[in-house]
Amino acid sequence: MTLREGGSPPRTFAWKILMTHSPIATRRTVTGIPTGRLAVWWVLTSEVFIFGGLIMCFVLYKLNGAPGFEQASMTNTPAGAFNTFVLLTSSLTIVLAHAASERRDLKKTFNYIWFTIFGGLVFMVVKFYEYTTKIFPEWYHTPATHEPITILSNVFWSFYFTATGLHALHVFGGMVIMGMISMDVLKGRNLQRVELIGLYWHFVDIVWIFLFPLLYIANF
Amino acid sequence: MSETTAATATVQEHAHEEHHEMSFWEKYIFPTDHKMIGLQYMFTGMFMAAVGGYFAYAFRMQLAFPGMDVPLFGQVTPQIYNMLITNHGTIMIFWVAMPVLIAGFGNFLIPLMIGCDDMVFPRINRLSYQIFFVSTVVLLLSFFVKGGGFGGAWTAYPPLSSVPEYNLTNWGSSLWIVAVALEIIAFLLGGINFVTTTMNSRAPGMKMMDIPIVIWMINIAVIMFMASVGPLIAGAVMLFMDQRIGTTFFLPAGGGDPVLWQHLFWFFGHPEVYVVLFPTLGLVADVITTFSRKKLWGYRTILYTTIATGGLAFVVWAHHQFIAGIDPRMANVFVVTTLLISIPIAEVMFCYIATLYGGSIRFTVPMLWALGFLMTFLLGGVTGIYLGASGLNIYFHDSYFVVAHFHYTFFPITIIGMFGALYYWFPKMFGRHLNEFWGKVHFWGTLIPFNGIFLPLFLLGMAGQHRRIYNYEHFPDLASPDLQGLRVFATASLVIMLLFQIPFLINFFGSMFRGRKAEPNPWKANTLEWIVPSPPPHGNFKELPSVYRGPYEYSVPGNREDYWPQNMPDRN
Repeated sequence: MTLREGGSPPRTFAWKILMTHSPIATRRTVTGIPTGRLAVWWVLTSEVFIFGGLIMCFVLYKLNGAPGFEQASMTNTPAGAFNTFVLLTSSLTIVLAHAASERRDLKKTFNYIWFTIFGGLVFMVVKFYEYTTKIFPEWYHTPATHEPITILSNVFWSFYFTATGLHALHVFGGMVIMGMISMDVLKGRNLQRVELIGLYWHFVDIVWIFLFPLLYIANF
Repeated sequence: MSETTAATATVQEHAHEEHHEMSFWEKYIFPTDHKMIGLQYMFTGMFMAAVGGYFAYAFRMQLAFPGMDVPLFGQVTPQIYNMLITNHGTIMIFWVAMPVLIAGFGNFLIPLMIGCDDMVFPRINRLSYQIFFVSTVVLLLSFFVKGGGFGGAWTAYPPLSSVPEYNLTNWGSSLWIVAVALEIIAFLLGGINFVTTTMNSRAPGMKMMDIPIVIWMINIAVIMFMASVGPLIAGAVMLFMDQRIGTTFFLPAGGGDPVLWQHLFWFFGHPEVYVVLFPTLGLVADVITTFSRKKLWGYRTILYTTIATGGLAFVVWAHHQFIAGIDPRMANVFVVTTLLISIPIAEVMFCYIATLYGGSIRFTVPMLWALGFLMTFLLGGVTGIYLGASGLNIYFHDSYFVVAHFHYTFFPITIIGMFGALYYWFPKMFGRHLNEFWGKVHFWGTLIPFNGIFLPLFLLGMAGQHRRIYNYEHFPDLASPDLQGLRVFATASLVIMLLFQIPFLINFFGSMFRGRKAEPNPWKANTLEWIVPSPPPHGNFKELPSVYRGPYEYSVPGNREDYWPQNMPDRN
């Protein structure tokens, strides 16, 4: 049924349901940008300030020569580089999912979403490996090659675990939401959400693009 | 909760017959209707204002009569005193100013004023209030855990805030951070909803410059909040880990830097002043224009200067840290930006005064409050110029001059301007008028004692009275009888002001049920919320309106009436 604005509304049952469950506000697009996309951009804006604040603190400490920052050389750069590759690839697959969703190719959309979730999973596994080599070195070498490194070791490692941990939480959240969206895709519903989660996934990717050089490469 | 229910019982009578009957829970406890969510925020804020006022009463009594058994409270020990001042500040900013001004009025007014039926994400809106409600409960609980509520001041400077051995409130300080974090999340969710709604769901024909100034102001405030609070969230995570895990982000002993927290806090804290100021400036603009029966003077000027103020507000934060050991060269920069920001704000004030000039002013109760806001906020702004100069600041820092200054800004913003808006929109919210006589009693009974509280504090601050001291008898040069007399005077004024809130509460809850019935447009105003019945039914508009002009077309020559509703196609 079509909804009319400005005329007296038709008093049908469907209209009542629409009025109580889906306000007209949700369907207006004065800017021409769909509301969902607009909201995701605002969410990402606020996220930029959160991660920006954290990264800024890290940079200020590093520039001021806070103790412990030379231990950045102990981070596992190859693992980080591999994870960068994995995340970038998963960003490609979510773009392909979006493209497929615009063609309403549900099967392909579903598959590409799950490729992306798999990418996130690989990222988390590598992250788990990295964390455990730091915290439980005795798991990998007996006797351990270095003292256990934890979030309490010094300010650098506090930042390392806080920033990568917060980022990993975002990866995990994205994976869960993608799983939910893939279920909708199978039923052909809410296909616009593939694009929205894609936006978010790119953001998570970009945060990593900042974290990787700062935490892994800049080991001076 | 039961207050909310009682308050909105009248809504039911006018509910649209087309809608299916909503259950009590659906309607009042878990609503998705923006009006009800706005009222939920408002009543929670009012409740918290009572708590914050009660705290102020307790510690002011201690300052005036040290060691006294405060009636209705008991002994105020040093630890309790710290907890009271900390949570008075926290509550008044995070649980009164923000929920009432931004979430309360924002939720109630945005969809009505832009001519649509609800927010674009009604369920996220509901979630936002629910998170806020949980945050309120967490904060209230923090007063009763072992060790008591957090007492390290609302600014929570480490190491005091991050080491339990220093602040002696192991659980209170962590619960405090959790509560503030939840509150911030609630407002980020709500804020995204506000901005998206305003951008995307305006009525057909409503151009950017047809948006009522209050909606602009709330949106600018929300965006500023979003941009300023991000680094504080990162900082709060770090502070929380310092407390609970034992990291040393802000502890010099472990290589951290406590001044970094001050930067993160004030990078949020200073824009926050403008986050709460802007909604009130907007609310007051609407009240002043309606009761001057004259077009708002310089709509675009006000809008652009507000945006400029918003930008400048991000580069003034270090004026809170002049004596924190920052580089004096950096202090110079912040003196300049701080003094600069008074220019756009003064410009907005002049625009309001120009609106009054030549208008046919109606001294209704909302108008009195709005004018009271202009007068008192002016004093707050002018004393800010003293504090912004780093040379004077070294003397005034952490003195009662600062306390008096920011109360002269926050009190007009949160209480005086808010009451103006409440008296103005009360007929729309509840379909009845507040009593005019008791409104005037309430106005004078608040405005005069307010000045009685804080004018003496300026003098005490200039005499060298330091903040955060629970008993001045221990300081011979501050314990003189004339200074103590000023303290007693301020406390007596506070008690009088609090007593004058009783007639307001009776008027408020009494008028909700027994007040004179309000017609849809009792003030003869132009904006869209006045074309719907009072209170507006679920879904707001019977026919969604189209907009033909700006919101402030009063006394236009050639019109029969002196107002011209935005949705009226032809001459009035």
